[in-house]
Amino acid sequence: MISVRKLSKRFGDRLVLEAVSAEVTRGETIAIVGPSGGGKTTFLRCLNYLEGFDEGEVEIAGSTLRPGMGRRDALALRALRTRVGMVFQHFNLFPHLTALDNVTLAPRVVRGTGRVGAELKGRDLLAKVGLADRAGAYPHELSGGQQQRVAIARALAQQPEVLLFDEPTSALDPEMREEVMQVIRELAQGGMTMLVVTHEMQLAQGVASRVWVIDRGRIVEDGPPAQVVNEPVTEVARELFRRLRA
Amino acid sequence: MMAIGGAIGGAACGGTEDRGGSDTLAKIRARGEILWGADLQGGEPFVYPDPENPQRLIGFDVDIMDAVARRLGVKARMVQCAWSNLVPSLERGDFDVVINGLEATDERKRRILLSDPYYVYAETLTIRAGASYRSVFDLLGKRVGTLNQTYAHDILRLLPIETVLYEGTEEPYRDLELGRTDAVLLDSIIAERYGCIPSKPSLQCVPYDMARGTYVIGLRKEDRELKQAIDGAIAAMRKDGELKRVLEGLKLWDARQTDFVPAESAVARKRHFDSQMLAQFLAAAWVTLKVSVLSFLLAVPLGLLLAVARIYGALPVRAFARGYIEVFRGTPVLLQLFVLYYGLGGYVNLGPMTAAVVGLGLNYAAYEAEVYRGALLAIPRGQSEAARALGLSPWQTLRHVLVPQGFRIALPPSTNDFIALLKDSSLVSTITVIELTKRMSVDAVDMGSYLIPGLLCAGLYLLLSLPLAELARRLERRLARDQRPQAL
Repeated sequence: MISVRKLSKRFGDRLVLEAVSAEVTRGETIAIVGPSGGGKTTFLRCLNYLEGFDEGEVEIAGSTLRPGMGRRDALALRALRTRVGMVFQHFNLFPHLTALDNVTLAPRVVRGTGRVGAELKGRDLLAKVGLADRAGAYPHELSGGQQQRVAIARALAQQPEVLLFDEPTSALDPEMREEVMQVIRELAQGGMTMLVVTHEMQLAQGVASRVWVIDRGRIVEDGPPAQVVNEPVTEVARELFRRLRA
Repeated sequence: MMAIGGAIGGAACGGTEDRGGSDTLAKIRARGEILWGADLQGGEPFVYPDPENPQRLIGFDVDIMDAVARRLGVKARMVQCAWSNLVPSLERGDFDVVINGLEATDERKRRILLSDPYYVYAETLTIRAGASYRSVFDLLGKRVGTLNQTYAHDILRLLPIETVLYEGTEEPYRDLELGRTDAVLLDSIIAERYGCIPSKPSLQCVPYDMARGTYVIGLRKEDRELKQAIDGAIAAMRKDGELKRVLEGLKLWDARQTDFVPAESAVARKRHFDSQMLAQFLAAAWVTLKVSVLSFLLAVPLGLLLAVARIYGALPVRAFARGYIEVFRGTPVLLQLFVLYYGLGGYVNLGPMTAAVVGLGLNYAAYEAEVYRGALLAIPRGQSEAARALGLSPWQTLRHVLVPQGFRIALPPSTNDFIALLKDSSLVSTITVIELTKRMSVDAVDMGSYLIPGLLCAGLYLLLSLPLAELARRLERRLARDQRPQAL
């Protein structure tokens, strides 16, 4: 499903990703953890080309990404993004649209789905994230947890093969994190392929099939949760998990 | 000959500090200087800068006034004042007298004191060569140009003729050449210098006088003593031949000067506030509203296009948008209207209404562009990122995500701009569209008072802008319901 080969990226002369290689198979849920500034989010954003990169290659959901893709590849990139959904730390819902319109905008505009069909599917997705009764609410009328669940439904509306989560619970109060994690858990059980940048131990241990530790632009640990979380080999990971458990 | 005194241009006409009172003659003698108001825009031959030494003013009015002043034992100094404001400024005491080809109309006789005449002119009809008009009566239902507040204007208004009003002496003839009017009725002095001249072969003057009138010096009502002194000076100049010498020097002496001095009172009439005036005001308010709304309807889409071009366009597109905005924002809208209507008149012959809408629309597009640019840039980056991540194209992102949000941000400043536009639309009177402010100034002169027309005009402007402001406020409230600052 995803194959990353020697991916490198610089911000100016700072190397933020250093020849990262990784493989993800269909149905896996990868929890990506690591210290701040280690390159987790940048790595994730390279996978749907919200960020370009300088070297290497990414194969994802049937598309191949290379350095320097621009205007001429715009159509291919847009097609790719319908197959690779993304959920942001700050939700980024469209404030002028209701929850339902947030969910149906992309299918209607990008895929040309009719309003009736899109809304039927949209209501179904909102029900799936537990918000069947809030379809007509505007984002500011929803709690943070509800907003993030709408954002997940919005990403699912494009029927993606892969979902990327960029710290989906870090902007939420503790009591709202669980409702969002529950949705992610259900998606994982349903066989969705997901990469989740997170600081939640519960996600890493209870939901993920694999855990990556990214530090200073490299994947320094890669294995099943039991192995990486309980017996980390690097000092960075040991220190990280000690802090996260506290 | 003399130096330019006072500020040139502008509505206020500064001059004396010692205002009012009926002892003006004593004050003039004490000051050693008589101040006279005139408008340089009237141009040759009245008062205008010497082409060989632009610091000096020359002309008919200058020579007459210098001669009169010498006989009063003082010097004369000119104070620049817009033609339409000469009489009110005289009354306020900005200067002692008005001498600017001022015609002895009945209405002026009622309002201010007028000296004995120093010149007899004829109302001359200028037409396009080959046209068969021989008198104003051949022009019923046609468009005839003239200057505001002139005897010619009074004559035209008595007839069912569509009068087109100008402020300068050059523009009426240019519009006649371009076919925007059918004739121009103005003083012989103006017609012979600006109308039927060799450089305008397409125009000719009808060789009969439509009417005769006189130029006089205007004084404040209470200055009877000064009038006596000035009348005495003019009579003496007539008697000892100085008046003839001066006029001959300017090639203005003709047989009319020795004819019987005509009376003009048959034409002038004083108006009162009545239903007819109210109807004219309402019609003018409708013109103001129409010009404003139509030009804003042009400014909004064009402004949005410019804003988008400026933010997202490729380099040349961006540079063009930036250049457009700077040029239209950085030069006076009055100038833009002049260039559009008169300057380009020979190439694209726009009607006054079209030129007004296009001119204001193009100008306000520059302001709207900056408002929308600011609004688009104020939208958090996460919004366009989320749209891109869903596979929306840049155009779809703009159309469905950024513009609807930007609209909410832009609504208050945009409303503000529209109200400003409503008032700026008064500038289109310079290209002969009679809108609310022009109506007001024309009627104020007719009534001899600015009070009632001024209040009526202000009331109508408010009546136009208040409902719009209220509408915008409601829309804003409705839009704000679904958008409060989001936690980010």
